[in-house]
Amino acid sequence: MIHTHRLNEAEYTQNFADIHPPFETHEGASIEANRCLFCYDAPCTKSCPTSIDVPKFIKQIATENIKGAAKTIFDSNIMGAGCSRVCPVEKLCEGACVYNLLHESPIAIARLQRYATAPALENNWQFYSSPSEKSKKVAVVGAGPAGLACAHALAQKGVAVSIFEKEPKGGGLMTYGVAGYKVTPEFCEEEVQWILGVGGIDIQYGVELGKDVQLADLQAQYDAVFLAIGVGVARPLQIEGEALDGVVNAISFIYDIRTKDLAAIPVGDAVAVIGMGMTAIDAATQAKRLGAKKVTMIYRRTENEKPCTDAELDLARLDGCEIIWLAAPHHINGQDGKVTEIVCSEMVLGEPDASGRRSPVDTGHTFTLPVDMVIKATGQLPYRNLLSEVGVQFSNETHDSGSTNLKGVFAGGDCVNGGKEVVDAVQAGKVAAASICDYLFG
Amino acid sequence: MANLRNTYLGISSPNPFWLASAPPTDKYHNVRRALDAGWGGVVWKTLGSQVKNVSSRYSSVDYNGHRMMGFNNIELISDRPLDLNLKEIAQIVREYPDRAMIVSLMADNNRTAWHELIKKTEDTGAHGIELNFGCPHGMIERGMGAVVGQDPEIAKMVVEWVMEAATIPVITKLTPNVHSVVPTAKAVVAGGTNGLSLINTIQSITGVDLDTFVPNPFVGGQSVYGGYCGPAVKPIALKMLTTLGKNPATNHVPISGIGGISTWRDAVEFMLLGAANVQICTAAMRYGFRIIDDLCSGLSNWMDEKGFATTDEFVGLSIPKITDWEKLDLNFHIVADINQDKCIHCGLCYITCEDTSHQAINLEQGKPYNTYTIKEEECVGCNLCKLVCPVEDCITMVEQRKGDEYLNWIAYQERGLPLNDH
Ligand SMILES: Cc1cc2nc3c(=O)[nH]c(=O)nc-3n(C[C@H](O)[C@H](O)[C@H](O)COP(=O)(O)OP(=O)(O)OC[C@H]3O[C@@H](n4cnc5c(N)ncnc54)[C@H](O)[C@@H]3O)c2cc1C
Ligand SMILES: Cc1cc2nc3c(=O)[nH]c(=O)nc-3n(C[C@H](O)[C@H](O)[C@H](O)COP(=O)(O)O)c2cc1C
Repeated sequence: MIHTHRLNEAEYTQNFADIHPPFETHEGASIEANRCLFCYDAPCTKSCPTSIDVPKFIKQIATENIKGAAKTIFDSNIMGAGCSRVCPVEKLCEGACVYNLLHESPIAIARLQRYATAPALENNWQFYSSPSEKSKKVAVVGAGPAGLACAHALAQKGVAVSIFEKEPKGGGLMTYGVAGYKVTPEFCEEEVQWILGVGGIDIQYGVELGKDVQLADLQAQYDAVFLAIGVGVARPLQIEGEALDGVVNAISFIYDIRTKDLAAIPVGDAVAVIGMGMTAIDAATQAKRLGAKKVTMIYRRTENEKPCTDAELDLARLDGCEIIWLAAPHHINGQDGKVTEIVCSEMVLGEPDASGRRSPVDTGHTFTLPVDMVIKATGQLPYRNLLSEVGVQFSNETHDSGSTNLKGVFAGGDCVNGGKEVVDAVQAGKVAAASICDYLFG
Repeated sequence: MANLRNTYLGISSPNPFWLASAPPTDKYHNVRRALDAGWGGVVWKTLGSQVKNVSSRYSSVDYNGHRMMGFNNIELISDRPLDLNLKEIAQIVREYPDRAMIVSLMADNNRTAWHELIKKTEDTGAHGIELNFGCPHGMIERGMGAVVGQDPEIAKMVVEWVMEAATIPVITKLTPNVHSVVPTAKAVVAGGTNGLSLINTIQSITGVDLDTFVPNPFVGGQSVYGGYCGPAVKPIALKMLTTLGKNPATNHVPISGIGGISTWRDAVEFMLLGAANVQICTAAMRYGFRIIDDLCSGLSNWMDEKGFATTDEFVGLSIPKITDWEKLDLNFHIVADINQDKCIHCGLCYITCEDTSHQAINLEQGKPYNTYTIKEEECVGCNLCKLVCPVEDCITMVEQRKGDEYLNWIAYQERGLPLNDH
């Protein structure tokens, strides 16, 4: 049965506590910082989408120049504080650390980055400012990582930035999507405030493009527009039984976790999670941490083809989630309008598909799993309609520089790349800001 | 198995490791613990006239997170009553007859004072005396310690006074706070000292507090120059030691090696460069007396591996390998080689060579791992890349002689061969 209040206060707190606790003392950070070899043209830096100069900031921690370390990070990535908690570093900087080649544990780059950036937010170290003279005006739609990064960079260049955000808070999926044991909504709010501290950015919440404001108006009133609206609606499974009570999509399930009291989130006894991406992992682990008795993840390919990282999969396993490989949802059965079981097709791997991964092929056999809740996490569809209605089209150029088919209209982040990581969105915001400056100032 | 028993100036100890004259050897309690732990002997903390110490006495140099790479003190000689020290020395000598007991002395600068102190010391049954001519602080203001060691004439005179009275072996401990230790060493050998030991501490300031602006150690808002020791001073001590081994006036005198010895490897290096035994202070002050276990076991294993049965078999073996620069072979040429299977692509070899050496490493961009290769024709064989490489045996220096014959600078000049080939 799906219900709320499965755990007591202390259990909720423990289950959603920080998964990667920070260094608590300078000694801890210092020992780790001193392990760093200070590589030249460092693989970690080259593996960071925002190219943070990792050896430099780590050396600065070692010399107790924490302010310098923080600035080194923020110079490349204004969400360096948030990224230190949410980045899948095992496939980025830490995955490239040369210690891996010695079969030694990589430098704890994320923890060190957190060590350097946390005090910047706590003490409101503002390294950047916006000149008081403003010569241009730019509208940014969406206050997620891409929008904020772009706005922050533009503000420093003397641009008056107005952000329009449909939700009541900034941060985008950082605030409304990322798992609670990585960042709290409070932290996200603090980070947004710190970023806005640069000055010159006006932000209007509860304003939705296409409803409360139109692109044409923005184009008319501003010198340029940056679209950073993220990915949209959850991709439907398009199977029978999808409309039954108890079938939810991961994004709204997680949105509730991020915005409501944990005890008020309904969760089933036996939960099936469809998909094996980061969102699926987050939905499965958090369902378990909310008190679901049994959580089963269902993925149509094998572990080799999974989109999440090993570290994420380990997390799901450690949380006690069960995993069924080579299974695709066939239909969902119910009683009295409520989910009772999910029927899955058994798959085998066939030829490689467009992504280069071997694609799943239905064997024709099925199996049935008794469940009372199904969480769909098979990806989100971009806001195609919203964008195409107003005539915006993306091209390779959009991926590279943020420019679109419309003059003065730029875009970046999840809405362009189809949904990657926070750090990619930040980089896209940075790149777009540079393109916008080129466009505005020649 | 190797026999670690060591005899120095006729004084026998079960191993060549003595604790140097310092706080670890300043009272019965410590010395008993040291000897129970297995140390071969001790040089008792320097005795002399009554002194008073300040509080806040030590400071250190940390390096990249490693504590006490270098250690500094502003302590004086023993501040305990002389009679108490002598009584405890006698007790140790009785209780540990198989261990070496050397007593370090620094008397007031007159003959009578030295004679009296030597008499009292010998009454304890101690096996030897070490003359502290090296303490660089506190005592110099009173005409003692390093002041004596820095002036060969005075040093010789004091040693002569000592030799008039002493009936047990006398070691003169040299100060490193001189341009060369050789003049004083020669003088004290001429004065009749039986042995030499070196080094005492090197004058230093270990650092300045960036909040108070007061150098370390902080003594009520002020500081003084201190004496530096520990791992950081080892290379300086080794060099000074070797100069004695190379000088005909001193090379026959048994030397007790001191200065930055922390491991059995350090000790072997001192012995290869001429130390008949070694003394240790900082390493014990850093970790306690238990380090003696590995000092002995490491030395013993090394001796077995090399086929040395006793500790005197390898003393001084490395001295002849030190020559004068103009006798080095200019045809000896080495070139770096990077083992690509071992390379972890840290780029340290590249950036140090490119920025500060001979631009002899090639960088081929990769994502995320670059490939680094040696430009053999540019490589002068300086060793820098090998030194900075974090992986053992990843970079090796391969011999590529410039010519078959041994060709030194003297011959090179005589033949008028070309310079500036790089
Ligand atoms: C469940 C989940 C977990 C994730 N976990 C991680 C993680 O651990 N680590 C990581 O690095 N990444 C993670 N991601 C991905 C990451 O959150 C995104 O890649 C990143 O937030 C994208 O930034 P963005 O600015 O492009 O879009 P978003 O963060 O989606 O921001 C878009 C903003 O635009 C607003 N908006 C949308 N439409 C309109 C409109 N019409 N008018 C006005 N405003 C609008 C939205 O409200 C939102 O605030 C996760 C994503 C999900 C879904
Ligand atoms: C705190 C301290 C006190 C010392 N006191 C004396 C002393 O009284 N007499 C002496 O001859 N040397 C003294 N020394 C010098 C040591 O005996 C030794 O020569 C020097 O520390 C170098 O050895 P190390 O690097 O192993 O410490 C002292 C050293 C330290 C650290």
